[in-house]
Amino acid sequence: MSESITVTLLALLPVYPLVSFVLLISFAKRLSWHVAATISVGAMVLSALSSFVVIEQLSVDVPVITAHLWLWFTLSSSEQVNISFYLDGLAAVMICVVTGIGLLIHIFAAAYMREDANFTRFMAYMNLFIVAMLILVLADNLVLLYLGWEGVGLCSFLLIGFWYHEKANVLAARKAFIVTRVGDTAMAIGLFMIFKEIGQLTIIDVNESARALWVVGDSQPYWIALLLLGGAVGKSAQLPLQTWLPDAMAGPTPVSALIHAATMVTAGVYLIARMHGIFLLAPEVMTYVAWLGALTLLLAGVAALTQTDIKRVLAYSTMSQIGYMMLSLGAGAFSAGVFHLMTHAFFKALLFLTAGAIILALHHQQNLFKMGGLLKRLPLETTLFSIGLVCLMALPGSSGFFSKEAIIAQLFSSTTAGPLLWFCAIVGALLTSIYSCRLFFLAFMGNARFETSLQPSSSKLLRFSLVALAILSIIGGVFENVLMVSLAPVFIAAPVIEILNEPTWLHSVAIATPFVGILFSWFYFAKYRVVSDVKIVENSSGLARFCRQGLGFDSLYTWLLVKPYCALAKLNRKDIFDQLLMLNAWYVSLCHDVLTSSQNGKLRWYVAAIGLTTLLLLLTLLLTVNVGEVSMEAS
Amino acid sequence: MSITFVMCSLLIAGGLAWFAEGVKANSARYVALLLVLIISVYFVFALIMTNSSADYNQLHLLVRVAWINRFNIEYALAIDYLSIVLVSLTLFLSLICILVSWHEIKEKVGFYYFNLLASIAGIIGVFTAVDMFLFFFFWEVMLLPMTALIAIWGHENKHFAAIKFFIFTQVSSLLMLVAIIAMAAVHFKQTGQLSFFYQDWLALDLPLSLAQYLMLGFFIAFAVKLPSVPVHSWLPDAHTQAPTAGSVLLAGVLLKTGAYGLIRFVLQLFPEASLNFAPFAATLGVVSILYGAKMAFAQQDLKRLVAYSSISHMGFVMLALFSFNAIAYQGAILTLVAHGLSSAALFSLAGMIYSRIHSRNLMNMGGFWQNAPRMGGFALVFAAAAFGLPGLANFVAEFLSLVGAYQVYPLLTIFAALGLIGSAIYGMVLFQNSFQGRFQASLPAPEKSLFKDLSTRELLVCSALVSLLVVIGFYPNLVLTFFQTADIALVNHNLAGAVQ
Repeated sequence: MSESITVTLLALLPVYPLVSFVLLISFAKRLSWHVAATISVGAMVLSALSSFVVIEQLSVDVPVITAHLWLWFTLSSSEQVNISFYLDGLAAVMICVVTGIGLLIHIFAAAYMREDANFTRFMAYMNLFIVAMLILVLADNLVLLYLGWEGVGLCSFLLIGFWYHEKANVLAARKAFIVTRVGDTAMAIGLFMIFKEIGQLTIIDVNESARALWVVGDSQPYWIALLLLGGAVGKSAQLPLQTWLPDAMAGPTPVSALIHAATMVTAGVYLIARMHGIFLLAPEVMTYVAWLGALTLLLAGVAALTQTDIKRVLAYSTMSQIGYMMLSLGAGAFSAGVFHLMTHAFFKALLFLTAGAIILALHHQQNLFKMGGLLKRLPLETTLFSIGLVCLMALPGSSGFFSKEAIIAQLFSSTTAGPLLWFCAIVGALLTSIYSCRLFFLAFMGNARFETSLQPSSSKLLRFSLVALAILSIIGGVFENVLMVSLAPVFIAAPVIEILNEPTWLHSVAIATPFVGILFSWFYFAKYRVVSDVKIVENSSGLARFCRQGLGFDSLYTWLLVKPYCALAKLNRKDIFDQLLMLNAWYVSLCHDVLTSSQNGKLRWYVAAIGLTTLLLLLTLLLTVNVGEVSMEAS
Repeated sequence: MSITFVMCSLLIAGGLAWFAEGVKANSARYVALLLVLIISVYFVFALIMTNSSADYNQLHLLVRVAWINRFNIEYALAIDYLSIVLVSLTLFLSLICILVSWHEIKEKVGFYYFNLLASIAGIIGVFTAVDMFLFFFFWEVMLLPMTALIAIWGHENKHFAAIKFFIFTQVSSLLMLVAIIAMAAVHFKQTGQLSFFYQDWLALDLPLSLAQYLMLGFFIAFAVKLPSVPVHSWLPDAHTQAPTAGSVLLAGVLLKTGAYGLIRFVLQLFPEASLNFAPFAATLGVVSILYGAKMAFAQQDLKRLVAYSSISHMGFVMLALFSFNAIAYQGAILTLVAHGLSSAALFSLAGMIYSRIHSRNLMNMGGFWQNAPRMGGFALVFAAAAFGLPGLANFVAEFLSLVGAYQVYPLLTIFAALGLIGSAIYGMVLFQNSFQGRFQASLPAPEKSLFKDLSTRELLVCSALVSLLVVIGFYPNLVLTFFQTADIALVNHNLAGAVQ
């Protein structure tokens, strides 16, 4: 294929969904379901096909394809910010995930949201999200990346609040937007700092110049990496900005699958992988990344153990899986992190969508304690969900196994991670298998605890996308070699982690851990599993409640930030500066009042005033004369 | 290219509209719209015709005739790219103003359009006058009809707001008048001749001690107009009480006269004094950004919210200008345009909502998306512009301002960047409280069903504003291309002047 066609195809990637967005939003409700679904899914098909075609053109000889569209603005004579796309191995993986998984989720959504009154608006937002996400991963400079970054944030906001009548959804959308905006601001400051120190914002130039300018341990890359990390933790829902993700489940389920599991939340991982040139110069920050990942992994694992809402379990599990990716990046195992990003996109999309199908069948029931016994009633969904859970637990053979193993294998010997973080990862894996089993037992085994009749959807579109995702989840591991080969030139600067003097039991422990978890749950959660007359209720002890609410971070931020800000706003609603300036007006009107009240037309007041004033004058006169005489005498 | 012609025809158009309303009811708006359209077309054509022959990178003198010989006061107009951009913005927004007034004004309609157009003529004069006495004259000319717009056609508390607006501007411009006279006197001392001509003043050799005080005289007048904290408080009242077109005009262009004054006079006439003063002014800018954003969040009145957000945005201009950095300067210019469009858009939106529910209170709003999805879509874009979403003009403006300012004041800029969070918060409040959630139960029942989606006229206003915001957002060179050489020269000139 000629080069110009490849470039054109690359440039057109985000255009198809954009055109679809414009069409859908302009004609809105005048479009029938068939037309709207065809347009939006068709645009995704075009996007996915052309991205596969473009990726085919990447090879050892052509490691990078760029498409320059137009000049955005000029920062200095040497640095121009362009609207340009840059495709390398890393971006290739990302566009595959975004358009491929995006297509499957679009197909699912077309069936899932069919009855919704605002179907076209929903599909339009989904298309717009794909546009922004593609811009994010294809941007050749950080400002364009920031455009995509904010764009996906806006779409996430719109889709969380899609059912805007409910106050809770509106508040969840607001929270998601503002919390991520905090991270985005850190990232923006990072960009200012990069431009000041390096004078460039084009991504490859920044990575190269950073290596040329600084040595490991300099303070500039430390601060820049820390600020970029701020952006990454916001978008990827890691500590300390993780609180928005569970609430974001208020959005329709396809949204949770596409945005809050497969693509957008991994943007932080992508950012760090993209800017690895800077991060490699700041090993302390790499360690922070690893620790944040590990802590989030554990925290989310514990929180997932106590959730009652099926989607919130999955949300916490997403958070914890992204924790693995962060851990991997922090350890310097960039390719492994990106690999896990991809397999996670497969199986988490599958889990969310299957959960959506189950929720639909149960008439929008999301509470795990109102499910149970679905194993026989929804066999297809159960199979699909189990495939997802197997991948999530990383049982040998599943795609999750390959990617998680790739991460865990490199932690022990990494200079920026180490044995302690390896243990965290193992404990995390144990937690993962326990909450997965709990989820499975509660939803699929035991008594049927719902009153309504089941209405499983028979839509072919729905089933097609689920099965396709299940296949991807199972065979996802085979992409490992292709992926590593295409990522190798991207992370060429990253030092290879040398595996030295590792205890021999490391691998066996890592592989055995999920089984230990399953065994433990088999007995510990026996009451959820066994059909019996005992009524199961959620654990309502204080500790369980504390974990269920995300370990108190929400209330901490409410008391520390939200309430003071609101109180300050309320206190000063009248604007203290205005009050001070209006004192002038108050003073003038005071004088006015005093003088007016003295002119009251009563003769006796005037006589008294004249008398008093004369007296006062005379007294003053006498006193000053006396003082004058005294002082004369004294001199 | 005749700016005089533009101004005179605006005044005549105002007069004609007034007259036409007397002849036939409801004709004033058509007359005004048509004539302003013709004038704008004339302006654009005249500009294109002369573009090849004139170099607008420097001030290009258009007319210079004697006016008051006794004091050597002249009638002198000149334009450069800065003036051209601002005059274009003014003319564009005046069309928007007329369109948003269409059904809103029901009393003294003819006189209303006269005032509107007279005020616009005054603003154009301010952007082009290069004789300082003439500048001061136009400064007052734009003020009086504006006050009338608030006082006659405003909302419930209009007299208070009009008086407050008038007194704030008058007191501050008195300081400027003193500074202007002092500058003329200095010219007299140094050359033996009085002069109010701007370019004569540029050649003056001012001692720094004196320049500092004179600079302050100008600075305060422009800071009140901009407005900057702590002298901003006329703005929320004036904005809230003014009719929709008044708010659009106030936020869209009147505030820009303050920024224009800072660029043209404070920075150019007193480069050294401004450079000394810069850290203080930049701090004021940052305080404005944060304080404005915080106050905007606290408001329950939609128009007050937008007014405080304007204060926040103008803080970016102040910070960027006093960074003396070429990138920040471009950012400042672009902020003027972007904020002109986005605040005009938000005030138009407030007007459209007010015409439907007769309330500006956010507590009475909610769930409008249900009946008016198109309006909701536009509201979202306008709010997104206000919180600096990339892809819209405001983002490029703020980004350039902050990138430039960071080169000079890293710490201050970090604080300024916190304004991004603040703007997201008030942006969310603005959009979600009005369009999401449920319809408020407190609202009278008929108004719920009467909440119509955009009419054709409103659609025209909104789409014109959105398309400009998007086009500039993705192709800011539409504006910035004129400032690439000129501004670097200006900043260098300033720095060079300061170093000498």
